Amino acid sequence: MVGRDADNRILVGGAAAAFCVLIVATLVVKGSTGLQWIMSGMTVGSIYALIAMGFSVIYSSTHVINFAQGEFSMLGGVLMFSLVTRGHLPTWLGFIIAVLIVTAIGAGLERVAIRPMRNHSVISVIIVTIGLAIALRATAKWIWGTDPVRVTAFSSGTRVKILGAYLPPQSFWVFGFAAVAVVLVFLFFNRTLLGKGMRAAAMNPDAASLVGVSSSTSSLVAWTIAAALGSAAGIVIAPIILPSFSSGAMLGLKGFSAAVVGGLGSAPGAVVGGLVLGVLETITAGVLPTGYKDAIAFLLLILVLLVRPQGLLGRAEDVKV
Amino acid sequence: MLRVDKLSTFYGNIQALRDVTIRARRGQITTIIGANGAGKTTLLRTVSGLNKARHGLVIYEDRDITNMQPSRIVHAGISQVPQGRQVFGEMTVGENLALGAYVRRFRERGEIEDDRRMVYELFPVLEERASQVAGTLSGGEQQMLAVGRALMSHPRLLLLDEPSMGLAPKVIQSIFRTLLALHEQGLTILLVEQDAKIALETADYGYVMRTGKVALEGEAGELLENEEVKRIYLG
Repeated sequence: MVGRDADNRILVGGAAAAFCVLIVATLVVKGSTGLQWIMSGMTVGSIYALIAMGFSVIYSSTHVINFAQGEFSMLGGVLMFSLVTRGHLPTWLGFIIAVLIVTAIGAGLERVAIRPMRNHSVISVIIVTIGLAIALRATAKWIWGTDPVRVTAFSSGTRVKILGAYLPPQSFWVFGFAAVAVVLVFLFFNRTLLGKGMRAAAMNPDAASLVGVSSSTSSLVAWTIAAALGSAAGIVIAPIILPSFSSGAMLGLKGFSAAVVGGLGSAPGAVVGGLVLGVLETITAGVLPTGYKDAIAFLLLILVLLVRPQGLLGRAEDVKV
Repeated sequence: MLRVDKLSTFYGNIQALRDVTIRARRGQITTIIGANGAGKTTLLRTVSGLNKARHGLVIYEDRDITNMQPSRIVHAGISQVPQGRQVFGEMTVGENLALGAYVRRFRERGEIEDDRRMVYELFPVLEERASQVAGTLSGGEQQMLAVGRALMSHPRLLLLDEPSMGLAPKVIQSIFRTLLALHEQGLTILLVEQDAKIALETADYGYVMRTGKVALEGEAGELLENEEVKRIYLG
């Protein structure tokens, strides 16, 4: 037991060290270009982190992997196009309305499609989420068409220069929103009784039921939070990625990889997994042909599943006596 | 107060309870004793809604609560101390108690604090350890926390599943003294216990379960004198 713990620590420590070496090497070899890659990687990584948290919140409450998670981000992006770029609403108002609409969709889907499945196996529910993803994608295609849309950046202005690297102002919006979202999620799960009840249910479902935590309420709240996180992520990244009806699939898969890499169900794991994935992706895109970029997420996913299936910061399932 | 009528519960195709009929009278301590696997735990879990009954009824205060969601049953006034304590190990003692009052979170703020006081008076060690993580408590302290957490929902009927399990005799004595104190305050208690001696000495009325059925019932004092009970369970 002690030996295995030590092995695990060496494994995670080794991975962290290798990652640091890669960062330093990139900075040394490429200088400001390397810094540019890392900063862009952190921008997109923050988005993966938020999507990964959406996966984690639903997974830890219900053990379901929600394959429609990326679709929440896609909807946020295209709604922002209609509300702000086309509808000329102020950005802040467009943001709030878009988040509210997607959150309502998330909560509504939980009630009409997930809750009726409560007596079915987890795998059946996961298949339902795949169906939901396809339905959302098809609806978006019908409303917004197949062409990517260009969403106005939150603030105008040129690129900001930091130590020779250039960052679009939108990157700072991304960092800011991601940080606020992470703090809000943390406060919810650690400071409110509803959030603590959901954590208790993830730790010990029977004992949580016996104090009155209702699995149905937990599931609804989890979907609501996941939809809010996903849509906020999709909205702030929209000016950078040109969202379209199909952009949710890739965002979802990246977020899922980030969640697994960090440890499904672990919020800090989701943040670490997202940032690591984002940075590795942009470095790869810099040194290898761009086409390999999207493969990184899957390589990382396979590697983690083979070597440390509980993820970097996740814990192996406790054996209950 | 609680009436269980011809209750049958299955795990898949395996029948764990066979037409079990018991009563828990208001203000009394009722105990269910029996060997491992006799169905005692299944009976409690079916009353509290964790397991679903296939046949039979659970009537609580003239209300049919059979197969209701566990959270609704807690709302109705029944609270269970689960087997093996099942405290939330990564949370503090204080958080565990706060979660005990989960169903009352939208009202009764003041009463919740009163109940917390009451729990701390029953188990002063919990107040000393209020900010300690529950997983680091000793077995006895965890059992006290599990009882305290169950009391925080302000139940009228308390279900206990093997509170003596894995504890030293001294600790068991102190837990049972607390149960008697709660009984004095008017709480109705349904106690499942493998330690037949202490259970029957504490209770007013008792049932003996064997292979999913009620084999014997009677006043606790009479059961203590019963030859069969003496031979098999008190030996």
